[in-house]
Amino acid sequence: MKVSSRTAQKAAKILIWASALLVIVILLAIVIFILIKGVPEISWQFLTEIPRNMGRDGGISSTIVGTLLVTAVAVIIATPFGVGTAFYLTEYTREGKVTRIIRFSAESLSGIPSIVYGLFGFIFFVMYLKLGWSILSGGLTLAVMILPTIIRTSEEAIRTVSYQYREVSFSLGGTKWQTITRAVFPSAIRGIAVGVILGIGRCVAETAAVILTAGSALRMPGSIFSPTRTMAEHFYILAREGISMEKAYGTAALLIILIFIINVVANMLVNRFVAKGR
Amino acid sequence: MIQQSKIVINNLNFYYQKKQAIRDFSLEIPGNEILAVFGPANSGTTTLLRTLNRLCDLIPGTHMEGEILLDGKNIFAPDISVTELRRKIGMVFDVPTPLPMSIFDNIAYGPRLSGKKTKASLTDDVERALHMAALWDEVKDRLHTPAMRLSGGQQQRLCIARVLALEPEVILLDRPCSALDPVSTAKIEESLKQLKEQFTIIIAPHNVQQAGRIADRVAFMLMGSLIEQGITAEVFENPKDKRTSDYITGRFG
Amino acid sequence: MKINKEKISGIVFLLIALSALSVLALITIFIFIKGVPIITKVGFFNFVFGMVWDPSHGAYGIFPMIIGSVSVTLGAAILGVPVAISCSIFLAEYAPAALSNIVRPAIQLLAAIPSVVYGFWGLLFVVPAIRNYLGGPGLSILAGSIILAIMILPTIISISEVSLLALPRQYKEGAYALGLTQWQTIRSVLLPAAKSGIVAAIILGIGRAIGETMAVIMVLGNAVAIPQSILDPARTLTTNIGIEMGYASGEHQQALFATGIVLLVIVMILNAFAQYVTRRK
Repeated sequence: MKVSSRTAQKAAKILIWASALLVIVILLAIVIFILIKGVPEISWQFLTEIPRNMGRDGGISSTIVGTLLVTAVAVIIATPFGVGTAFYLTEYTREGKVTRIIRFSAESLSGIPSIVYGLFGFIFFVMYLKLGWSILSGGLTLAVMILPTIIRTSEEAIRTVSYQYREVSFSLGGTKWQTITRAVFPSAIRGIAVGVILGIGRCVAETAAVILTAGSALRMPGSIFSPTRTMAEHFYILAREGISMEKAYGTAALLIILIFIINVVANMLVNRFVAKGR
Repeated sequence: MIQQSKIVINNLNFYYQKKQAIRDFSLEIPGNEILAVFGPANSGTTTLLRTLNRLCDLIPGTHMEGEILLDGKNIFAPDISVTELRRKIGMVFDVPTPLPMSIFDNIAYGPRLSGKKTKASLTDDVERALHMAALWDEVKDRLHTPAMRLSGGQQQRLCIARVLALEPEVILLDRPCSALDPVSTAKIEESLKQLKEQFTIIIAPHNVQQAGRIADRVAFMLMGSLIEQGITAEVFENPKDKRTSDYITGRFG
Repeated sequence: MKINKEKISGIVFLLIALSALSVLALITIFIFIKGVPIITKVGFFNFVFGMVWDPSHGAYGIFPMIIGSVSVTLGAAILGVPVAISCSIFLAEYAPAALSNIVRPAIQLLAAIPSVVYGFWGLLFVVPAIRNYLGGPGLSILAGSIILAIMILPTIISISEVSLLALPRQYKEGAYALGLTQWQTIRSVLLPAAKSGIVAAIILGIGRAIGETMAVIMVLGNAVAIPQSILDPARTLTTNIGIEMGYASGEHQQALFATGIVLLVIVMILNAFAQYVTRRK
């Protein structure tokens, strides 16, 4: 059956536009559904009261706090290590066997399923280091999980800083440390920030790794050694156990809104990053 | 009274890995003059300049033999501080490269690196440098605006001011006007002629005519070797080597 | 004094880089330490190819889970890859700038939705649809494949689009100059040229699919028997760990870690393959 090139062209065009349409429709179906069902649930009480009755009543304040704290721990730990590693790779080494091994490790780390991170976090942080189910364990596990992303985006950002800035700084009598901190870092910081923000987004959305390491306590955490439940976890438990569909929708809606804001911020930074002509 | 030359280069050989870029180069450079080092592409002029401020150290896999004396002291001696050296011997690159900061911060960058902190002394340095680079009048009202907004010629004069802020002894310029229009070029050439009273200037011009316009002495390089050098007028009117006259008259380029 | 600061900063950066990367070694070591004993006890072949998973009776065969993982992932690839590549072609070749500025963020948003939300949505819509129109309990491999297909779309689309956009303009211009239509150009010139990038994208998408846990838990039904058709419920390597880790102990727990080892190995191989494919350009 010989199809004329005209027909093939038309058919291809229709199918390709259709695929894009399909993707948009799916996105809207999911997001709009959750928002419609969930936004009505979000009230001041919802945000400020802690869950009662296993989550059937009350709000989700403790989970909001839990999410924020676990994410904060993860970012505070992962960022210096990630950015530092990126600087080491770009400024202190030459392309060679060492950098290839390092880059391979970072790439491999980023492909590991989050459940495996959960296993690792459980056996290492919770059990071996005796940190127990806690914000700290959860945060450390997530830190390890977002480390590769931060390394990769930071490296990219640092690399695109013009070599000429470095040359200029050295030619004016700068040391390596001064050149990195005064010429390279300020230029790269926006790109680095994008990576960190994307890491934040991943932490907020993560469930599998957190369930195994941060616990699932509903009460307001007292310190980073307390167990907690993140919003994603809470949503999962509410939905799976059928405890309260309304609260589940509300939690999901809040989650999506939060992640949406995080993504928008990252995008704004990227656009200004690109607009500066780098 | 015999005046010690500002810079003396003795038997310099420079290699990028196995490739030799500078061969047996020896030259004495008197102070407070403009020396133009010229030659066709890949003759080693850029490499030469970058050995003078040891920017070549940054490139992996290079090594050199010979010595370069600044006021009698070898700049490659192990006890020399490279950062100090680069403050004494400043460089302006072929493409204007303002750092992504304000005009003020660009010029204050060098002094800040060497430890100056007080606003008063930094402001002094910046003002003085901008005057010397003949840029002050054009930017005095917008010192804290981004340097990227300046025109190409202004940006290059900013780069000159940036070097001047460190009060160097020698200024190296690697084809500084290659990206500029004739008007900006003329302005910069004018400044250089005045600056030589305080500094020693070594320039790799992007064409021979520029050497003729501003240089006191010239040195002609070909494939890494020094072919001929001397007072500009003498070399241009009575070149001793045929290759020199061929290049100057444009028989090859 | 300044020299010391330089040396110190160099050493500090080195230590940071080393510790960040020793984490990978750490993960591998700890998972292996916990999981290897049970594999040696049960026997490698019995573990990987054993048909029965019944921890209460000491049976630790993960083959049903392997079948589950493979079929769900394969289904996701079959459903998702054509749509993803079409969409990437759309973004790279067909979309006017205004539209792509809407579609591209939309895809990013798709990537940002938490997996638990996908699972929930699947539970509410996909599962009943399958149950009503195709039969079976609805909680099935098909449901899992559909959800995973949606979830891996952003990965494949973005990397494929980048590969297509990175092609030198001359490829397209040369093809048009020879009189090819747009589709012919895409099919016979651009897609083959971007092949390595697209293949890498697909491999990464598959890697994501194999590693997904939460969404799959909610729609797969989690029966431990070997599935007979795509309408049957099943369990994957990941959901096995996710479901039972909460209450496992002793040998049972070790077996779950051993499952983690298998997962790690599979993902590492996929990853190395993806990196190899991209290097070969």
